Amino acid sequence: MADPDRATGLPIACAGIAIERNGTRILHGVDLTIVRGTCTLILGPNGSGKSTLLRVLHGLLTPSAGTITWGGAPTRPGGHAMVFQRAVLLRRSAAANIRYALDLAGVRGAEADARIDDALGEVGLRPLAARSARVLSGGEQQRLALARAWALRPEALFLDEPTASLDPKASRAVEEIVRGIHARGTTIVMTTHNLAQAKRLARDVVFLQEGRLVEQSPAHEFFNAPRTTEAAAFLEGERL
Amino acid sequence: MNTFSDSLSLAAGLVTHFDPKLVEIVLLSLRVSLTATVLSACIGLPIGAAIAVGRFSGRQALTVVLNALMGLPPVVVGLVVYLLLSRAGPLGMFGILFTPTAMIVAQTILITPIIAALSRQIVADAWGEYREQLLSLGAPTRVAVLTLLWDTRFSLAIVLLAGFGRAIAEVGAVMIVGGNIDGVTRVMTTTIALETSKGDLPLALALGLVLIALVLIVNALAQYTRDWARVRYG
Repeated sequence: MADPDRATGLPIACAGIAIERNGTRILHGVDLTIVRGTCTLILGPNGSGKSTLLRVLHGLLTPSAGTITWGGAPTRPGGHAMVFQRAVLLRRSAAANIRYALDLAGVRGAEADARIDDALGEVGLRPLAARSARVLSGGEQQRLALARAWALRPEALFLDEPTASLDPKASRAVEEIVRGIHARGTTIVMTTHNLAQAKRLARDVVFLQEGRLVEQSPAHEFFNAPRTTEAAAFLEGERL
Repeated sequence: MNTFSDSLSLAAGLVTHFDPKLVEIVLLSLRVSLTATVLSACIGLPIGAAIAVGRFSGRQALTVVLNALMGLPPVVVGLVVYLLLSRAGPLGMFGILFTPTAMIVAQTILITPIIAALSRQIVADAWGEYREQLLSLGAPTRVAVLTLLWDTRFSLAIVLLAGFGRAIAEVGAVMIVGGNIDGVTRVMTTTIALETSKGDLPLALALGLVLIALVLIVNALAQYTRDWARVRYG
């Protein structure tokens, strides 16, 4: 379960968030709240601002306008983690990659050893602990990235299309891991293009289009009876 | 038998019999260039990494200057170091002109921009790849820089080998600040220049052979390092 000592960064509240880059508006006045324990999938066509919004929520991007708070505070908390579309792993062993993250979080010694072993076991990579991370397969690398995130015991985990470049089997393995992490109490916020995957994982859906938040609703409502014509069209595949 | 084959035969004899004079010159060359490379690494790697990761005004201009300094003419470096270290110069009190130390200083000035500029590019590429992940993990800038330097260590090792290759093959600067004094500051390149002008080709050729062998070894090492790292670490 999430580390209670680091559980200070929820809910995440966005008000009027806008992002502008080189004169182009990527997000327009997004109002959004991420509450503890949810599994929120951010959906939308290409270029709708999903990944940008995810980076704002994780504190990697500072909005051009609007406010964001984590647990009521304006500074990004330490107890959140993110996994990117393409796993970014250091040129060292799988175990050392996790140790690096733990070291930065101040977790060392026997506690770090235990978390590394637990995290690698969680994603089925214990036999590859000593293998260099960058020579693992794409699916293994993404599982290792998840293990690294999970070892931090984050209260919120952000996933930016974590299965976009994986085959169906590896994608399902990643989904299972995400489901397991969520079941242990970690709040999940994830972007995906894969509607079937979204249906399997989502409790809540945030639908973006052209940088605007068009719809936010419980997953079953969104998929069965979308409230907006844009979302309905997206689900029908017209905007994919 | 013509002069070239005669000289080549004599040169091969000097190399295979480890001629003491030849060995002394080779060892001094290695000591000077290896020390200069280590010093340049200590100066150039942090500078390159700081420019790659840092965000400050004048960064682009600094990069341009650094890249331009890669082409520093060795004789100009030699002249400047000579003026600095000569008795009347601002650093004349150290009395190191015409010593191996002066040659190390000159070579360090010559190859530091090479190491800094090439390492800047390598670290900048890695920063582009790692930036978001390291920020996500909460890595402070100092830790991020050290991480990038460590993760690009094999590419940076090749940069250092390139710097060493430039230093050991350089003649103009060490000739000016070293003075090419027999038994004191005579290195391979300056000896080759001197012996050739005197018409004593065997020693010049023998040193030329050693120099070429060293350059080959350095390049083979760079190639091997690159290939090994790719297989081992991806």
